[in-house]
Amino acid sequence: MNDLGLYLPGTSWVHRLPAGVKLAALVLLGVASILIDGVVTVTAGVALMLVLYGIAGFTPRLAWRQVKPLRWILLFIVAFQWWARGWQSAVDVVGVIVLLVLAAALVTLTTRTSALVDVIIAVLRPLRPLRVQPERVGLLIALGIRAVPIAAGFSNEVRDAQRARGLGASPRAYAAPLIVKSLRHADSVGEALVARGLD
Amino acid sequence: MRSDDSQPGGSARWMAQVAIFAGVIAALGLVPALQLPGMPVPITLQTLGVMLAGSILGARKGAASVVLFLALVAIGLPLLAGGRGGLGVFATPSVGFLIGWPVAAFVIGWLTERRGAPYIIPWGIAFNVIGGIIVMYAFGLVGMMAVGGLTVGAAAIALLPFIPGDIVKAVLTALISKPVHASYPGLLPERPRPRRDADVEVG
Repeated sequence: MNDLGLYLPGTSWVHRLPAGVKLAALVLLGVASILIDGVVTVTAGVALMLVLYGIAGFTPRLAWRQVKPLRWILLFIVAFQWWARGWQSAVDVVGVIVLLVLAAALVTLTTRTSALVDVIIAVLRPLRPLRVQPERVGLLIALGIRAVPIAAGFSNEVRDAQRARGLGASPRAYAAPLIVKSLRHADSVGEALVARGLD
Repeated sequence: MRSDDSQPGGSARWMAQVAIFAGVIAALGLVPALQLPGMPVPITLQTLGVMLAGSILGARKGAASVVLFLALVAIGLPLLAGGRGGLGVFATPSVGFLIGWPVAAFVIGWLTERRGAPYIIPWGIAFNVIGGIIVMYAFGLVGMMAVGGLTVGAAAIALLPFIPGDIVKAVLTALISKPVHASYPGLLPERPRPRRDADVEVG
C-alpha cells in the first residue's frame, strides 16, 4: 500500500501531528484564503509553508514538484491578472493557489493513507442517522484501493492481447474488454463478500 | 432504481462494481497521453473513464465510483493522469473539473438509464456530450473563475484546446459502451415498449 501512495515517512512534528488536526488546519487555511490578500501576506504565507517543508525534512525541490504541473495554467493566470488588474493582483491570486497547493500537498506527504481513511470514517460517524454506514464506506475504500492494481493488471493483459493480435493502440479494442473483465471480476468479489456475511 | 440492492447480496455486488470501476478509471489514467492528429493538446483517457462510469454503471453507481476514485486520490494515491494525486490537486484551478466529474457521470448515467437497454450509439454520444462536456465544462469554468480569478472569456480561452479531445472521448465512450452492454447485460433497465406516434394520435 505504502509504495503506491505519496506519503513520505518521517519523524518531524509535522509527521506526528494527528491527521485530523492537519486536515482541520487545511480546511481553516482554505476558508481563510478568501481573506488572504496583499503581496506581503501572500509571500509570507508561501515562505512559511517552505519553512514547514524544511521542518518536515523536505527539500525546496520537493515543494517545487508539487507546483510544477500547474506552471502553464499559473502562467496564464499571471498574464491575465497582470493585464487586467495589475501585478499585485497576479501575485495575490497565484500566491494563494501556490500556498494552498503546497499546504494540501504537505498534509498528503506527511500523513499515512490509513490515517486519512480513519479520519473520513470518523467524520462520517455523526451521519449515521442519515443512513450513512461509515464501516461500509471504509470497506468500499479498501475495495477501491485493492481494485487499482487489479484493474491495472487487467489493463496490461488486454494490451498484451491487443498487441499479439496486431490491433495497434485502438482505445476501443482496449477499453471494452478491460471493462468487461473488470465487471466479471466484480461479480466474484461480490460473491466473496456475501460468503463472508455481507449482504 | 437500485433494484439489485433489495436482493440478497445486492449491496455487496453494488460495492464491488463501484470499487472495480474506480480501479478502471485509475487504469485508464495510467495509459500514456495520446497525441492524435489535428488535436491541439495530448488527450488522456482519464475523463474517458468518468464518462464510461456513467454510461456503463448508470447514475448512482457511476457517480459513486467517481467519488470513490477521487477519495483514493485525496488520501494520497497518485492516480490522476500524469501520476498526480493527494490533496493538493483539490486546491488547483482545475478543481472545478474534479467536482464536476461525479456530476457528469451522474447525468450521463441518468440519461443512459432512462434510454435503457439496448444501448444506442448516437443517443449515447448525445448523453456523453451533455454530461461529459456541457456539464463538466460548466463546473470546470466556474472553478477556473473562482480559483484563478479569471473572467468567463479568459477561462474559456484556457479550456478551448481541450474540447476537441473531449468530443473524441464522448464518441469513444459510446463506441466502447455498446459492446460492453452487449457482453455484460443487466446493467441498464430494459427499455419500455416504444410508443409509436400513431398510438399517440389515436389515443
